[in-house]
Amino acid sequence: MNDREPLTFLMTQAAEYQEQANLVARGSEPDKNDWRKYFGFSTDHKVIGIQYLVTTFIFYLMGGVLATLVRTELATPASDFVSREVYNSLFTVHATVMIFLWIVPAGTGGFGNYLIPLMIGARDMAFPRLNAIAFWIIPPAGILLMSSFFVGAPGSGWTSYPPLSLMNGKAGELIWILSVLLLGTSSILAAVNFIVTIFKMRIPGMGLNQMPLFCWAMLATSFLALVATPVLAGAMILLSFDLIVGTNFFNPTGGGDPIVYQHMFWFYSHPAVYIMILPVFGMISEIVSVHSRKPIFGYKAIAYSSVAICGLGLIVWAHHMFTSGTPPWLRMFFMITSMIIAVPTGIKVFSWLATIWGGKLRLESPLLFAMGFISLFVIGGISGVMVASVPWDIHVHDTYFIVAHLHYVLFGGSVFGLYAAFYHWFPKMTGRMLNETWGKIHFALSYVGFNLAFMPMHKLGIEGMNRRIAEYDPKFAALNLLCTIGAYLLAVSTLPFLVNVCWSWVYGEKASDNPWRGLTLEWMTTSPPPVENFDADPVLATGPYDYGMGSRATEVNVAFSDASDPVLSAGPSSTLRAKPDPAVAASPSDRVGESHNR
Amino acid sequence: MTGSTLDSAKTVLNHHHDAEVVAAHGAEHQDFRLLGIIVFLVAEGMIFLGLFMAYLTFRSVATEWPPAGTPRLELLLPGINTAILVSSSFVIHKADTAIKKNDVKGLRLWFGITAAMGAVFLAGQLYEYFHLEFGLTTNLFASTFYVLTGFHGLHVLFGLVLMLGVLWRSLKPDHYNSKSHFGVEAAEIYWHFVDIVWVILFLMLYIL
Repeated sequence: MNDREPLTFLMTQAAEYQEQANLVARGSEPDKNDWRKYFGFSTDHKVIGIQYLVTTFIFYLMGGVLATLVRTELATPASDFVSREVYNSLFTVHATVMIFLWIVPAGTGGFGNYLIPLMIGARDMAFPRLNAIAFWIIPPAGILLMSSFFVGAPGSGWTSYPPLSLMNGKAGELIWILSVLLLGTSSILAAVNFIVTIFKMRIPGMGLNQMPLFCWAMLATSFLALVATPVLAGAMILLSFDLIVGTNFFNPTGGGDPIVYQHMFWFYSHPAVYIMILPVFGMISEIVSVHSRKPIFGYKAIAYSSVAICGLGLIVWAHHMFTSGTPPWLRMFFMITSMIIAVPTGIKVFSWLATIWGGKLRLESPLLFAMGFISLFVIGGISGVMVASVPWDIHVHDTYFIVAHLHYVLFGGSVFGLYAAFYHWFPKMTGRMLNETWGKIHFALSYVGFNLAFMPMHKLGIEGMNRRIAEYDPKFAALNLLCTIGAYLLAVSTLPFLVNVCWSWVYGEKASDNPWRGLTLEWMTTSPPPVENFDADPVLATGPYDYGMGSRATEVNVAFSDASDPVLSAGPSSTLRAKPDPAVAASPSDRVGESHNR
Repeated sequence: MTGSTLDSAKTVLNHHHDAEVVAAHGAEHQDFRLLGIIVFLVAEGMIFLGLFMAYLTFRSVATEWPPAGTPRLELLLPGINTAILVSSSFVIHKADTAIKKNDVKGLRLWFGITAAMGAVFLAGQLYEYFHLEFGLTTNLFASTFYVLTGFHGLHVLFGLVLMLGVLWRSLKPDHYNSKSHFGVEAAEIYWHFVDIVWVILFLMLYIL
C-alpha cells in the first residue's frame, strides 16, 4: 500500500475543482452493499452491471475450460483425448460462450451498465426495468447452451454454416439457435436503453463533446448492436425453418442458397467484432489518460473514430467470404472498406500512445493491462489488415493464422481491456482496492501465456494447418505443444485474478471515493455509489481529461477565496496546496492549454 | 484532502445550491418511452430488411423466379387486404387526434375500428393461405412467401394485442387523457410500422 500513498500529492488542480464542485452531489454515504440484492430482480443499474459482470465471468471460466480441453486434444497430432464429434462441440460451444456470453455482455451490459449513468451524471438508465429484463434473459440462455452437452452439443462451429449445420444433431443445433436468439434479444434491448440514456439523460452542461470517451464508444456499440443483431435473428429464423420443417432456404439440394446465410450471418458477426472491441476502446481511453496523468490526446479524433468504425463496420462483412465464390468486384469493394477501417483504429492507437508519451505513468495493474491491450491489439490489427487482402486471405483462409488473428483481437484486445477495466473500476464498484502484487502476477502470467499460446499459430496457419480439425500433420507437433503449454499458463493466470477479486471484495483495503484521482463523474461520488448515485445533480467544473489544466481562479464558480479555508486562503506557494503534477510542470504548454472538450 | 477543506467547501456550495438540490430530489426524469419504442422499431425494421434482402438475393440468383410450376398468386384478395391495412393507419390516427382532445370515447371508437380492420386483414391472410396451391416446403419461393407474410402476420397479431390492451386500459377512468397517452401513441407508431412493412412486402411478393 505504501507505493500508493504519494498519490495524494499528485493531485492535479483539475481533480481538485471537480471534487470540490461536486461535494454536494456526492452521495452522503457509501452503499451498504448487501449481497442479497445481487440475486434478485433489481432495477439499479449498478446492481445489474455487477450481475452482468459476475455472470459473464462465470461463463468465461466455462468457456476457458472448453478451450483448455480443445488445447489438450491438440497437444498431440492424433485424435486421442476426445472423439472428433466431441472436439467439434468443444470449439463450437467455446466460441459461442466467449462471444455471446462473455465479451459482448461483459463489455456492454456489464461495464456499460455500471458506468454510463454514473459518467453522465444520471441516477439510472432510461428504462431500468427493461435493463433488468435484458440481464435476466442471459442466465437461462447460457444454461440452455451449456445443457446442450447432454443431448449432443452443436458441432458446426460458432458460424453454424449450412448445409453442415443441417447435417449434424438437430437438438444441439436448435438449442444453439434458441440461445443465440435469446442473447441477441437481450443485446438489442440493452442497446435501445443505452442509446436513449446517452442521448437524453446527460446532466445539463454535458454536450456530446463533453462526454467521457467511454460514452462515445458505447453509443457507437449500441448503434451497431441495434442495427446488426436483428439480421442475425433473421438468419436464425430461416435456419430453424430449414432445420425443423425442412424448408430449403440454405440447403442447395432443395434449391436454396447457403451463401445467403453467410451474408446474413456476417452482416451481424463482423459488426459483432466491433461490438466486442469498441467498449474496450472506450475503457482504454479512460484508463490511459487517468493513469498517465495527462489530458487524452485528440479527444475528438478518438470520439469520432468510434463513429467512423461503427459506420464502416457495417460495410465490410463479406471479407469473411472471399473464398465463398464471391465475385471479384465484390471482393474488391470489401477488401478496400476493410482496409480503411485500419485508419480510425490507427487514430485511436496513435492517440493512446501520444497520451502515454511523456506522462507520469502509474504502472499499476490497470495501466499494465491497458498497455498490454495496446501492444497485443496492434498485432491483431496488423494481421487483420493482412487477411483483409484477398490474395493473402485465400492462402490463410480457414487456417490457424485466422485463429491467431482473432485471438489477438478478442483475447489480447477485448479480454485484456476488460481486465484493465476490472482493475480500474473495482474500487468504485466494491469500495475496496484489489491487491496490486497479485494484479501484477496476473498480468505477467496472462501476457506470457497468451503470447505463447497464440503467437506460434501464425506460423502454423501460414504453413497450412487447418482450423477446426482434431487431427493434424505430425510436422506441426512441436509448435502445437508450445501453444498448449501457453494455453495452460493462460488458464492458470485466471486463478490469481479470481482469488484477488474474491479476497479483496471482502477483506481488501478500503478504497477512497477517487483512488486514481480521476475527473469523470463516477469518481465524484462514494465508493460504492449510493442507490441513486448522487445526492444532487453533479456539475462539470472541468472536462473529463483536464489533468493539470486550467487556472484555479477562473474555472470554477465556487468561492475559493473563503477566508475560513486554510487551504484556499493560503498563497499559491503554500505547502497546504497540492503540488502541481511534475509531469505537467515539465511541459507547461499542456497546462495552460484550453481543454479540448470544454 | 484534509477534512477542513471538505467541510468549508461544502458549506460554501450548500449556500449556492440548496434550492437546486431540493428540486433535483423531487424531479423524475422525463418520459422517454416513446423514443425507446422508435429506437426499438429500428431493430424491428432491420429484421425485415434482412429477410427482404435474403428474398431479393434468392430471386436474383435464381434462373427462373418464381421457380417453374409455381401457381400464380391471385391479386384480388391481397389487394383488398392491402387497402384495408393502409386505410387503417389513417383510422388509428383519428384515435390519436381524439385523445389529444380528451375524447376517450373517440379513442375507443377509432381503436375498435382499427382493431377490427386488423382482424379482417388477418382473416383474409389465413383465407389466402388455405386456398393457395403451394405449401411451406413446395419450393424456395413458397417458403419465403410463407415465412415473410407469416412473420408480418405475427406482427399484425401483436398490434391487435396492443390495441386490445389500450382499449382495456381506456376503461379505467382518466387512464388516458390529452396529456398522458403513451400507450395510444406507442400502439399507433407500431401500427404505422407494420403497415409500411406490409406495403413493401406486398410490392415485393405480389407485384415485382
